[in-house]
Amino acid sequence: MVTTFEVLTPGMQTTVQDLGRPGYGHLGVSASGAADPLALRLGNLLAGNREGAAALEMTLLGGRFRFDGPALCVLAGADFAAALDGVPVDLWTPIYIRAGQTLGFGGARAGARCYLCFGGGLQGQASLGSCSTHVPSGLGGRPLLKGDVLSVSDTESLEPRVIRRAALERLRPASDVLRVTRSAQTADFAQESLDNLYSLSWCVQSDSSRMGVRLAGVPLAAPLRGSMTTEGAPLGAIQVTPSGEPVILFVDHQTTGGYPKIGCVISADHWRIGQLRPRQTVRFARVSFDEARRLLLEQEALLTPEALFG
Amino acid sequence: MLLQIVKWQAAAPRSGPDGYNRHLVDRLPTWTLVSDSALLARFDGPAPMEVQARVTALFEAIREAGIEGIRNLHPAFRSLLVVYNPMRWTPQALLQRLEEAGARSSPAPKRAKPVALPVCFSSGFAPDLPAVCATAGLQADEAIGLFTSRVYRVAFLGFAPGFPYLLGLPPTLATPRRARPRTHIPAGSVGIAGEQTGIYPADTPGGWQIIGRTPLRLFDAEREPMSLLLPGDEVRFVLIDKRSYEELSQW
Repeated sequence: MVTTFEVLTPGMQTTVQDLGRPGYGHLGVSASGAADPLALRLGNLLAGNREGAAALEMTLLGGRFRFDGPALCVLAGADFAAALDGVPVDLWTPIYIRAGQTLGFGGARAGARCYLCFGGGLQGQASLGSCSTHVPSGLGGRPLLKGDVLSVSDTESLEPRVIRRAALERLRPASDVLRVTRSAQTADFAQESLDNLYSLSWCVQSDSSRMGVRLAGVPLAAPLRGSMTTEGAPLGAIQVTPSGEPVILFVDHQTTGGYPKIGCVISADHWRIGQLRPRQTVRFARVSFDEARRLLLEQEALLTPEALFG
Repeated sequence: MLLQIVKWQAAAPRSGPDGYNRHLVDRLPTWTLVSDSALLARFDGPAPMEVQARVTALFEAIREAGIEGIRNLHPAFRSLLVVYNPMRWTPQALLQRLEEAGARSSPAPKRAKPVALPVCFSSGFAPDLPAVCATAGLQADEAIGLFTSRVYRVAFLGFAPGFPYLLGLPPTLATPRRARPRTHIPAGSVGIAGEQTGIYPADTPGGWQIIGRTPLRLFDAEREPMSLLLPGDEVRFVLIDKRSYEELSQW
């Protein structure tokens, strides 16, 4: 059986996301996918789904959705003051919705992105193996609009789980620090720029998006001005523009770039980029490649069913 | 620190075929770890077309090797970025597999696919043609004749989905980017930036000098293949008039 729900208000930017669409970088299409993949995976596991099922990603201001049948939801990521027919509901907990009910969201109280995961998953039309919306190309669709109708499985035969609070806190400790490794042009930067990157605070600019997070602070002297050859750019790379502004390349990033990269945010911290709010400050800490790998393995070990639900 | 983890120049004689010589060794890339999940191959050499052919050959060899855990390949000028799943690979182990794939790659890439792209150079489609002509010291018809006389090579697709960076622009036509980028460039616009030529697949802002427009859709997420052009393809621009442009636009 299928339940549908109608978008009464879409929120600021609400898109369908899963874990992305790798494999098309050579066509200029970045992998896209959830901005906070850790939240998406946890929300899906709690809803009894496979971890990469499609869900709704809301940004800073959530929407309102009216259901025409029963559904099981789990909210994951940032707290958007969600309420079911006006009654507040919790994050990280199964929510049973009945026909005719409206699930509404407000603004993000902390963080920037909330995932609305559905038991049985959101029934999106996969495009090239993924339901993720790649905003710049329109691959996988577009941000939701008022009046859109989406489908989910109903609650039959679903087995939601309850997460251990301690596991959640270990996986998502509060911090304003992003850990960073070297990248392609790190050695071309002056020592002073590197010292400034790691010792100063950086303010997230409001024109940040899924393509890139722009940071303001003391301008960093960009080397190789005008003489760098355009190169492939990985997710999380911190490019420094000619005006000295660091930009973190994010999930919908340009696949190639001609600005020098001073460092790259480690994989274990990608989810934190997705929760950065405009005007918040963030700091960077330097780690080695070996340390980055160890931190990722540690994070993945906490995502096993034993660790989460044990 | 693992940044410059292995120089292929050092590793190659050990694993390469017999009879490696200096000439061949020079053709091998230098690999650098540029994130905890991406390796960058850089190629050296004086001739852009020849260097780019090696980038394309390595790109094709790695694709054909079907190495699991490779998430994306981003070819660019003189380089290839390999994005991988760090849960599956250590950089050292992956590098060995990439090296093996690269050693099997033919120094000459597969025969390039020739593509003819109709372009209309009428004034409404070519706001920067006068600037390019002024830089080159040519009349409009001379500049168009020169531009359409050459065969261009798709170096890579980047910047935006389906945006091709083309090599082969006659040096006479090389013109710097506009000092002030335009806020709106229509899809299909053919542009020049320095010695590069490119085509905007979608309406976007941009700073390239616009000299014409193709009615063909370069990128369509709903179409197979999505991108009209692929790395390594050979492109010729074919002059069409405004009427042909409009007829072709209906397709």
